[in-house]
Amino acid sequence: MTSSTPQTLYRKIWDQHVVTTRDDGTALLWVDRHYAHEGSFHAFDQLAASGRKVRRPDLTVGVADHYVPTRDRAKGSAEPEIREMIRLLDANTAGSGIRLFGLDDPDQGIVHVVGPEQGLTQPGLLIVCGDSHTSTHGAFGCLAFGIGASEVAHVLATQTLWQKPAKTLRITVDGSLGPGVTAKDLILAIIAEVGADGAAGHVIEYAGSAITELSMEARMTVCNMSIEAGGRAGMIAPDETTIGWLKGRPAVPQGQAWDAAVAQWQTLKTDAGAEFDREVRIDGASIAPTVTWGVSPEHAEPVTGTVPDPAQAGDPGRAAAWEAALDYMGLAAGQALSDIRIDRVFIGSCTNARIEDLRSAARVLDGRTTVIPTMIVPGSSAVKRQAEDEGLDRVFTASGAEWLESGCSMCAATNGDMVPPGERCASTTNRNFRGRQGPGSRTHLMSPAMAAAAAVTGHITDVRRLGDVR
Amino acid sequence: MKPFTTLSAPVVPLRLANVDTDQILPGRYLRKPRSAGYEHFLFHDLRRDAHGDPDPEFVLNKPAYATAPILVADRNFGGGSSREGAVYALVDQGIKVVLAPSFGDIFASNAAKNGLLTVAVARDVIERIWEVAEADPESPLTIDLAAQTLRIANEDAVPFEIDPFRRECLMKGLDDIDLTLSHSDALDAFETEYANRYGFRNPT
Repeated sequence: MTSSTPQTLYRKIWDQHVVTTRDDGTALLWVDRHYAHEGSFHAFDQLAASGRKVRRPDLTVGVADHYVPTRDRAKGSAEPEIREMIRLLDANTAGSGIRLFGLDDPDQGIVHVVGPEQGLTQPGLLIVCGDSHTSTHGAFGCLAFGIGASEVAHVLATQTLWQKPAKTLRITVDGSLGPGVTAKDLILAIIAEVGADGAAGHVIEYAGSAITELSMEARMTVCNMSIEAGGRAGMIAPDETTIGWLKGRPAVPQGQAWDAAVAQWQTLKTDAGAEFDREVRIDGASIAPTVTWGVSPEHAEPVTGTVPDPAQAGDPGRAAAWEAALDYMGLAAGQALSDIRIDRVFIGSCTNARIEDLRSAARVLDGRTTVIPTMIVPGSSAVKRQAEDEGLDRVFTASGAEWLESGCSMCAATNGDMVPPGERCASTTNRNFRGRQGPGSRTHLMSPAMAAAAAVTGHITDVRRLGDVR
Repeated sequence: MKPFTTLSAPVVPLRLANVDTDQILPGRYLRKPRSAGYEHFLFHDLRRDAHGDPDPEFVLNKPAYATAPILVADRNFGGGSSREGAVYALVDQGIKVVLAPSFGDIFASNAAKNGLLTVAVARDVIERIWEVAEADPESPLTIDLAAQTLRIANEDAVPFEIDPFRRECLMKGLDDIDLTLSHSDALDAFETEYANRYGFRNPT
């Protein structure tokens, strides 16, 4: 390939990381950052069983998030198996000389919030973690994707991974998002458009004016849910917004090294004329606040709409899936989405628990009262401090919502925070899978503002109808 | 890892789409050590009713399919979470092959690392496999990884595609860390050169 051939951002980052390429195109890629969490214990076990050591402990960072208690943290979890998960992460990272943001660290939080916040996530890096929402970090113009335990063990042992080049999909969102419409609505609309496996085998690059207008927090929300469209990764080219957001964070380069880094970051964009395997265009202005009605993130509709009718699904397999989804969710075709009663609200997760998300929920909750149990779990302990500095915690507690400690909490339900069977939860998380938030739980995905609106009305509500929404 | 070459065996017809890894292994079992035997958690909530009793209609609860080693599902099998435990649950159950029209990428990668073959097959072939397995649970499906073909009972062989690297690892039962370490010289040289060129990428 000559240097004049226009290249995608994905290809540029790929090429910078190739150690060696096999005849079949599979390449051994260098990994700049590996984030570990409690679930990484299988990989550390595999490494120990094979008698291997961590090659570059300085390039792995541990964060306790999936199992941390969100209430009475000082007491620890009442469940011995959950306490053991946190202890294992402590022991495995300490044993290999890996830096840890553990349960008691003032900067502990959800790994996909902490990595960017600390400046560990930077443009151009290849970042992996044993968690599918690693795609979040692509918001910084890096190549970031989730891997399983065996691949985590491979990274620990070699600081590399074997990868086959992915296909490329560019999703261009023209125009601007309307008032009350957020990055969450945008990504739900995208997933509904391409399908839950529509981007399988692809790395997605998001482009267009509606994307470049987004803040870093909002870009992370979009990239986070790339995996919900089946995408291997999602990425957005770094720009002045990215550089400004990173400047001064603890782990970014300083002085001359910062200048060298910025100069390199500015080359990280898709060249004019570069070809993608697929292109999708979406009009940002046409997107309404969007909610899910079913058990896959692709089951998403504008809040102004109705529960779809399986008879209109198009093919028999799809109709059967919709039928089963309605049965599980306890909904009837044709019902207005805004008529759906909600039992509880969860505002949190690596998708939507950054400071902007909390501000957006607070604008809706300010001066109003929640009518159903509402949990608010900040994305990190640093986000928690900032929210408290801004007085958001007082808005939340005055509304009757619970203001808790940072962690994955009720998104993954692995720490014991669960939606009771049969209950319906308005959730700012990423997956409305059956039982994801606890056995028999029913999840409706939506933005923080929409979840807050449901909290004060007790049913799915178009936040734009509450007024004073910017 | 045990090499995979060919298999001729009965099928579990799982007529479900979007069986995500939360369905294969619910999150609350992720903290179990592998020695617990992950087959106990496989499809834990899908195969039980609201009271926790086995649902007789769920295919793996039917004696005729309970031990078949080839699982055949609808589109987007294994989407969602990267949990490798979903693969452990299938492997510990004795599943050797999963066929579906499409797979979650991370799931398929995890499967290969554990010797579990996943093959993406056109929806009409999947439909035919379901029909045959539902009519006769003992009817064998034959998978030949070297020839890259599958054969339903005595019907004509159907070719399938698979990534060549994944195929080689499965057929040889390769540990890919060993394979990588055979490139140690290239890796050491890369690491040095990369540190010179991209020193600013190291965390400060």
